[in-house]
Amino acid sequence: MNRNLTGWLLLLPAALLLVTFTHYPALGTLYHSLFSTPKAGRAAVWVGLDNYQAMAADPVFWQSLKNNLLFALGTIPTSIALALAMALLVNGKLRGRAFLRLSYFTPTILPMIAVANIWLFFFTPGYGLLEQVTGLFGLPTHNWLGSRDTALACLIAVTIWKEAGFFMIFYLAALQSIAPVLGEAASLEGAGRWYFFRRVTFPLLMPTTLFVLVNAVINSFRLVDHIVVMTRGGPDNASQLLLYYIYDVGFKFWDTAYAAALTMVLLVILAAFALGQFVLLDRRVHYR
Amino acid sequence: MSAPGRLVETLAAWLLGALWLLPLAYAVWTAFHPREFSARFVPTAPLTLLNFVEAWNAAPFARYLINTVALVTIILVAQLLLCTLAAYAFARYEFVGRDLAFLLVLVQLMIMPDVLIVENYRTMNRLGLVDTIVAIGLPYMASAFGIFLLRQTFKTVPKELDEAARVEGAGALQTLWKVYVPLARPVYVAYALVSVSYHWNNFLWPLIVTNSVTSRPLTVGLQVFSSTDQGVDWSIITAATLLTSAPLLGAFLLFQRQFVQSFMRAGIR
Amino acid sequence: MTFARAAATTLALGLALLAGIALAQPTTEITFYYPIAVGGPITRIVDGYAEQFSKEHPSIRVKPVYTGTYQESIVKALTAYRSGEPPTTAILLSTDMFTLIDEDAIVPWDELAKAADEAAWMKAFFPAFMKNSQTGGKTWGIPFQRSTIVLYWNKEIFKEAGLDPNKPPATWAEQVELAKKLTKRDASGNVTRWGVQVPSSGFPYWLFQGFTTQNDVLLMNEAGTQTHFDDPKVIEALQYWVDLSARHKVMAPGVIEWGTTPKDFFEKKTAMMWTTTGNLTNVRNNARFEFGVAMLPAGRHRGSPTGGGNFYVFKKAPAAQQQAAVKFAKWMTSPERAAQWGIDTGYVAVRPDAWQTAAMKKYVADFPAAAVARDQLQYAVAELSTHENQRVTKALNDGLQAALTGAKSPAQAMKDAQAEAERILRPYRR
Repeated sequence: MNRNLTGWLLLLPAALLLVTFTHYPALGTLYHSLFSTPKAGRAAVWVGLDNYQAMAADPVFWQSLKNNLLFALGTIPTSIALALAMALLVNGKLRGRAFLRLSYFTPTILPMIAVANIWLFFFTPGYGLLEQVTGLFGLPTHNWLGSRDTALACLIAVTIWKEAGFFMIFYLAALQSIAPVLGEAASLEGAGRWYFFRRVTFPLLMPTTLFVLVNAVINSFRLVDHIVVMTRGGPDNASQLLLYYIYDVGFKFWDTAYAAALTMVLLVILAAFALGQFVLLDRRVHYR
Repeated sequence: MSAPGRLVETLAAWLLGALWLLPLAYAVWTAFHPREFSARFVPTAPLTLLNFVEAWNAAPFARYLINTVALVTIILVAQLLLCTLAAYAFARYEFVGRDLAFLLVLVQLMIMPDVLIVENYRTMNRLGLVDTIVAIGLPYMASAFGIFLLRQTFKTVPKELDEAARVEGAGALQTLWKVYVPLARPVYVAYALVSVSYHWNNFLWPLIVTNSVTSRPLTVGLQVFSSTDQGVDWSIITAATLLTSAPLLGAFLLFQRQFVQSFMRAGIR
Repeated sequence: MTFARAAATTLALGLALLAGIALAQPTTEITFYYPIAVGGPITRIVDGYAEQFSKEHPSIRVKPVYTGTYQESIVKALTAYRSGEPPTTAILLSTDMFTLIDEDAIVPWDELAKAADEAAWMKAFFPAFMKNSQTGGKTWGIPFQRSTIVLYWNKEIFKEAGLDPNKPPATWAEQVELAKKLTKRDASGNVTRWGVQVPSSGFPYWLFQGFTTQNDVLLMNEAGTQTHFDDPKVIEALQYWVDLSARHKVMAPGVIEWGTTPKDFFEKKTAMMWTTTGNLTNVRNNARFEFGVAMLPAGRHRGSPTGGGNFYVFKKAPAAQQQAAVKFAKWMTSPERAAQWGIDTGYVAVRPDAWQTAAMKKYVADFPAAAVARDQLQYAVAELSTHENQRVTKALNDGLQAALTGAKSPAQAMKDAQAEAERILRPYRR
């Protein structure tokens, strides 16, 4: 009984904050999505699924959902693969290793909101860095952020830059804890490096990959800082992502009820992934 | 390994390194050169410090810097405290509803405060906390990631150590402080690194919940000052970026080795 | 809950007020939210104004709060209002007027400024700026930092292309014709310099209003309840804009970033640009060539929307504070200060008599381009502003960007935008 009480007391402060700022607002989102937005002189009234019907009929919502899935597909595998490659590279003996580690790590240090302005310059048509390079090869100028077909890809590129550098450090730490003896033994037996990586290193890194994957998924629905600076969702919603649309609706249009309905979609997506991941995580805990 | 293979690898590493360093390199170039060289990379361009002076004068960066330092400190201290207590409970106490409670904590791994901006804003408004530094930090203080990480670490602490301390008459908190916390040091360092870099650079929620110079962190200050009617002025923006990132950058340069090592020992992998 | 909070706040305010009265002579403190939309040490200038005003009016203390960009400032002001502690006065976009009225957040100035000198003050501004400040026979905003769109051109490039460097395009046809001569292509046909650039990111509707006004059509009614996006003249105006890149190939295709446009001009990637008069000081400081400033070219006639920010007074603020806000706004927009603000920032000094001050006369004599925006005011219309302003504006912005990126024809894009605006505005027509 006493241990019961102590356990709960230890948990209490964290639990209080978690309930207030995670569970309560998650339920509150559901609740408010079923009401109208209160306006001056008009209180919120129960509207049932009206907000969801409006959402189903809202082309901007569908566009941002589609964009967000593309954004996830575009950022997650590439940034994980690059993070792993970078970690493998700077884990070995290499000229200028410390310097390389620093450069891979810059995205974690520089605020996205500031770097987005720098990327804006890189993508500027005519004299931007990218165009200065493509210009050397005589390629025609292209309006990278101002074209429907490249705006989202540019945002994906910036996100990969941001994420790969961050994830690299997790892989690096994991790699350093793999005993070098394993590698030596393998090379004695004449195993190729690729074979060694595939059969030994990569499986050993599996828990890290899982951890990084979870983070990458969350980030693909959470990272919108660069949109604020680079495209504001444009041109014509071609780079609109869910969370940015929620921000628009909630804090520019002041339609908090509709923003709540949109947030529900985001919550459902994340919950679905959490469920799938929980099964995996469970297995991982077992084999440990 | 073959020599050509080694060469290819080194080249690849350097190519990636150069690509990843580009934004920082550009920031350094532009911040230290007069405005007309912000898009022209002429080696003979004259150097200047005027951009820094102008940036410093154009916005209350000193105040923003203080706000940000206060913010990350408050968050980190609260996180370490709350997560340690909770993780200890999960790792060493069998209490009623523990598994359910842990599951509810894990919910926050997925549903981070960043996506609950509308509701959390409503709550802050009701609490009268809008436009305070505390309001920026509150939703992040109980961190599921921190609890999860520390719980894993505490579980690896031999029960015998715990019991020995108890025999000597230590209470729950004393045992935690004397036995568990010292053993988990690398985890704390690694976690602190992630937390500080995250909140130093966090943007959307602080943008929403702050109104004025007195509570605005650096990121929001930077954005506010870079989006004018006149368009982007890269010279000033890069100077401001360097000014405001210098503390983190310096810390990384100094402690890079320790960071990687604590990550390694922390078993965040 | 809300009642309890309101009661508590009132009580707290009351106590604070009592304490204030007990401790010192009666001073009225007013909070003043202001955004910054131009570069430079503007916060210091504004803080300096507030200080100087308080010095000249010892019974009033002004507490300036720098609230960020315009976009953020309206958010901040409204949320502060909803939580029961609004600023006394704020500078917000003139287009926020309907939003503020719908939220029941502001008081018309006519109800506050009743003294003879104050009534005269309210009539002292350029009429063009009042179009966005009045509706339903009441004045809700006092012009402070206002702008119009003007054309900047690079005289060197004009010379290089064999054109008269002192003759900017005066009509739509001339604009295309000159831009064709100014567009430069390299041997392989790639464009190295565009003839003209009209930005279309962020708030393309504002620049579009240049075209529509020149084509003699208004985008909305005065009550802010009806838009005319699918009017044939509006579609025609959009067709002209789209044709600049699609047909005549004198402007970069796709959406052009507002933020980089001045830099494009400095880098000589475009020979002419449309942008705000608020950029005047910036261009003057950073252009390494001779440039000119002109009114926008005429379609059926000349035209430009106005833009920028107005002073508003908030409800819920005590009467004494509102009165103090009137004094402050009046002081801030006095001829001398309006002139100085225009000179410091490049915005159009908001009242005719400001242009008669010695400082402004000297400035214009020195830099005649500064007067172009003022002279264009006679052709200016109100910036697009309706109920649910942000939403309606987004519908139009999306349509414009769809047309400019070639995803929709101008007619289709405007039809869709109008349909969306209709859906949003129907409830406001009762």
